[in-house]
Amino acid sequence: MTLASIWQALPWYLQSTAMILLVTVVLILSVAYLTLWERKLIGWMQLRRGPNRVLLFGIPGTRYIGQPFADVVKLLLKEIVVPAQANRGLFRIAPAITLIPAFAVWAIVPVAPQYAIANVDAGLLYVLALTSVGVYGVILAGWSSNSKYAFLGAMRSAAQIVAYEIAMGFALVGVLMASGSLNLGQIVQKQAGGFFLLHWNLLWLFPLFVVYFISAVAETNRAPFDVAEGESEIVAGFHVDYAGMGFALFFLGEYANMILVSALTSVFFVGGWLSPFTFAADNPIWHVPVLGTLLGDGTHWLVAKMFFFLCVYLWIRATFPRYRYDQIMRLGWKVLIPVTIVWIFVEGVFAWFHVGPWQGMR
Amino acid sequence: MATTSILKTFTLWELLKGMGVTLRSLFRPKVTVNYPEEKAPQSVRFRGLHALRRYPNGEERCIACKLCEAACPALAITIDSDVAADGTRRTTRYDIDLFKCIYCGFCEEACPVDAIVETRIHEYHMEAPGENIMTKDKLLAVGDRYQAMINADKAADARYR
Repeated sequence: MTLASIWQALPWYLQSTAMILLVTVVLILSVAYLTLWERKLIGWMQLRRGPNRVLLFGIPGTRYIGQPFADVVKLLLKEIVVPAQANRGLFRIAPAITLIPAFAVWAIVPVAPQYAIANVDAGLLYVLALTSVGVYGVILAGWSSNSKYAFLGAMRSAAQIVAYEIAMGFALVGVLMASGSLNLGQIVQKQAGGFFLLHWNLLWLFPLFVVYFISAVAETNRAPFDVAEGESEIVAGFHVDYAGMGFALFFLGEYANMILVSALTSVFFVGGWLSPFTFAADNPIWHVPVLGTLLGDGTHWLVAKMFFFLCVYLWIRATFPRYRYDQIMRLGWKVLIPVTIVWIFVEGVFAWFHVGPWQGMR
Repeated sequence: MATTSILKTFTLWELLKGMGVTLRSLFRPKVTVNYPEEKAPQSVRFRGLHALRRYPNGEERCIACKLCEAACPALAITIDSDVAADGTRRTTRYDIDLFKCIYCGFCEEACPVDAIVETRIHEYHMEAPGENIMTKDKLLAVGDRYQAMINADKAADARYR
């Protein structure tokens, strides 16, 4: 109780700073363990065991738990090589430009019931704006390395991200139509109540959900859309010339983006921190001490949904071979964008006749 | 026909089937061998590090016939010979360059007295330039040290030779 009252007594800027620190630290740790989880999960899917050597500070029994820290220490100790003909300034800030937006967007993600660090009314626009800024990191990295491989990787990546940004934007227009608000907190609120699947955007916007998820995979340059780093053609794409911590920052940015996109997918389509069991709000089970908290709304549901989407990400990477570049472009422009436009039209028809979530809308 | 194919395309049917395959293998037993603790089974015919053998009375088997040198496709073996103090023909130098060797086992097959053999030892390394040359002394030392294992392996394989 005292802790809560001390928290309440703090001025708003201290509260926000504390939350920013908390979210950032949790994110960085999640990124570290996401890399480990990816290697484990993909290993298991390929009938391997994945990393199983590094103990956490040498404590016996903590097999592979220390792997991310070992990786970080290794990368930190490596020399940062700046190519002779590279544009030094841009070369150095490019990794930060990919990383910072992935963290900055978290400011408006509703992480707990009724809570986000910044309650921005134009939240959706903020998301679109900042995720687009991330592309600059990739382009600048490819451009400033002054290497043909990096340059080609950056060009591919830029074209791909521009193409999929449109499909993603249209998919979000659908979400906007369903919830009638650009505020992420209100988008979640709008999905509250009702039997769980029936009231989430997932059901009514299912095609948009699929399009959004596919575009998100393409946006984050993940397999099977990772032509930006196609090993057989352009070595590692835009980050060929990065070593040590510069490379680690790109890595961090990629994984932070994955986590962010999973969070956004949860918020937009499966009700963020909403529990799937809220359809019986007056049920006495909500008053059982632990079970009630677990089944009720809360951050843990957002985390669970994010974890599920992250696993799907890794699952996709373990399953599909890389798309050819022209196939990626065809999928983006000729399949995903038309699908979103058609579904936005269908949504309009639904809304006109007051079907589904548009029942009470005027 | 066309309807089903359109339906399959838009429900991502083939992709979901592929993901089903990976999902199933997620729960299947893993095939990885945890190398230093566990080792994959090894044949008695495994061709690893070379060794020169001796007769049970301690006499070197090698008679410097140089058939192995002739058989070696990688020209990894170098032999010099001379008459020893007891009047027998012996090698004064028997070098195998492990960097050139392709571990084909032809030397072993060419040897009329079963002197040069390839053992099942494969966990060895070099730390300095020149350590890749297995001299006669080193080869005999390997043969002496792993005598029991080499004899057992050769006996197990003798039926098929």
